[in-house]
Amino acid sequence: MKNGGVVNLIEVHKTYHTGDVDVHAVRGVSLEIERGEFVALMGASGSGKSTLMNILGCLDRPTSGRYVLDDADVSELDRDRLADIRNHKLGFVFQSFNLLPRTSARENVELPLLYGTRHLTSVQLREKADAVLASVGLAGREDHHPSQLSGGQQQRVAIARALVNDPEVVLADEPTGNLDSRTSVEIMGIFQQLNNRGITIIMVTHEPDIAAFARRNVVMRDGLILKDFNVTQRFNAATELEKIAPIDSEAES
Amino acid sequence: MRVGSTLNIALRALRRNKMRSVLTALGIIIGVAAVIAMVGIGNGAKAQVEAQIASLGQNVILIFSGSTTSSGIRTGWGGAGTLKIEDAEAIRREVPGVIGVSEEVVSTTQVAAGNQNWFTRIYGESADYFDIRQWPLADGTPFTDQDVRSANKVCVIGKTTASQIYGNDDPVGQILRIKNVPFTIMGVLTPKGLSTQGVDQDDIVIMPYTSAMKRVVGGTTLRNINVQVGDGSQIAAAQQQIIGLLRQRHNIRPGRDDDFTVRNQQEIADAATATTAVMTVLLGSIAGVSLVVGGIGIMNIMLVSVTERTREIGTRMAVGAHGSDILTQFLIEAVTLSSVGGVIGIIFGIGASQILSSYAHWPTLISISSIVVAFLFSAAVGIFFGFYPARKAAALDPIEALRYE
Repeated sequence: MKNGGVVNLIEVHKTYHTGDVDVHAVRGVSLEIERGEFVALMGASGSGKSTLMNILGCLDRPTSGRYVLDDADVSELDRDRLADIRNHKLGFVFQSFNLLPRTSARENVELPLLYGTRHLTSVQLREKADAVLASVGLAGREDHHPSQLSGGQQQRVAIARALVNDPEVVLADEPTGNLDSRTSVEIMGIFQQLNNRGITIIMVTHEPDIAAFARRNVVMRDGLILKDFNVTQRFNAATELEKIAPIDSEAES
Repeated sequence: MRVGSTLNIALRALRRNKMRSVLTALGIIIGVAAVIAMVGIGNGAKAQVEAQIASLGQNVILIFSGSTTSSGIRTGWGGAGTLKIEDAEAIRREVPGVIGVSEEVVSTTQVAAGNQNWFTRIYGESADYFDIRQWPLADGTPFTDQDVRSANKVCVIGKTTASQIYGNDDPVGQILRIKNVPFTIMGVLTPKGLSTQGVDQDDIVIMPYTSAMKRVVGGTTLRNINVQVGDGSQIAAAQQQIIGLLRQRHNIRPGRDDDFTVRNQQEIADAATATTAVMTVLLGSIAGVSLVVGGIGIMNIMLVSVTERTREIGTRMAVGAHGSDILTQFLIEAVTLSSVGGVIGIIFGIGASQILSSYAHWPTLISISSIVVAFLFSAAVGIFFGFYPARKAAALDPIEALRYE
């Protein structure tokens, strides 16, 4: 853990040129995230949080400023090098899961391995994917297609896919946006478990209830960081689930 | 570097859309099958014509009396009796490379034996004729130079003539009356089938030309002279020498037209095969159009597929796919569709031409080269029509692709 942080943003700017107008989506953000943190990135739409997330996810490059990921400056890398960084060091979880349709959970999880530099046999691929699926509670559903899985299960497959290459950082973009509140809490439970195992998580959300499951909240406005604080009254997924459970059983009866 | 993985990815993607993959490949299947079957029919016809031409004999030069371009009056081949027996002898004597010469006279007449009679063609030839035409006897022996010199009353007959007059009986040694002259049948020729003009070549009586001129045809001039050259490379030279020799013998001054016409077998073959070659090209191109249409089908489906799978492409890029991986994946998908379609099309095409030849009795000929060309062409169609959609997919921006609805 040299330099302390796994993610280091230094005076990052991002400007889009749309027609004659320049849009300054991010206007000088410096952010350091330690290994093992669980950060919720918050802000209204247009606050620049999605742009920042794209930069953090190496899907986009900053217009100016530096981005150091795992002690390597990635702000100047080309498309293919960025793709390799995404493959080796990052895991993505999306709001709409983005699983390949008509493809088994196992094959979805194998996907990042297929684009990796290590060549694995189909048996190795399968073993690795099944192990990660089991770790998110989907043992026995490896052959199910996304259409045969509930929203929460699909998001678990997506999380398994994000984890399969042992990433430095898991990036989650509104991971609970398409889920009901109970399933959302379950997914947060998985994130908390992963985080307790030492995995760094950065999650974009606009819901304070969800952000409260993280250890640290970063709030953005107008392309700048407005607030950056540690969560004092952190939600624990297990306890929150217990609160929801009785309501559910009443609703069912 | 990761072609194996990409191949795996592309095949998985095709499997996910089985019905669409099959229907897309169907365009290529039909195209390739049509090309294979059509070219097979064309080649079959060509081979048949070539076989008929070959039945004329090898390295043969034909000299007809009369000319197609005789100044003033045009008499046509064999029209004017300008070729003499001495001309043939001069060719035999003086033109190098000549291994066989047959003086030919032709007539049609009624022949009879017992209570049967038949109207057939009478050919007067030399003993070389059977070698020149590569026409062995099925039964008996051919007449000899001695028979020709003595104008003996002997003949050999074709299969059709034999069966018309003698039925199932053996005609060898029997007497055939031609213009009331009794000829002894020495042998029966092997069947040769129809000529390029559709004439039954087996409906024939062949006898020494001397006997024919004396007893059947009458006259002192030849219709034509068949000359065989030992080596194909000598044909042109021999042809020139024959022309020179005959002009000299016929006292034709420089600048005047020949009173004879020389054709070699290659010219006749070229004319006949040119027709069937045109037919093959025509059939092949029509079928080729359907192959191109199949290719456009692939392009269409691949474009739809790229649009429909934009988010998938975004996801792949997010988890580490390079642009080149996406390009390769879509190219492999297109080429797999087209080449698998090609292989199935080849099988269907062979099947279709088998059915045509067995039920419609059309001769078909499927060559290895047409199979290889059809396969390579279908693969090329996949690359050509798959490249644009694949490049479009590879150039997508991952952020926009992920957000695409």
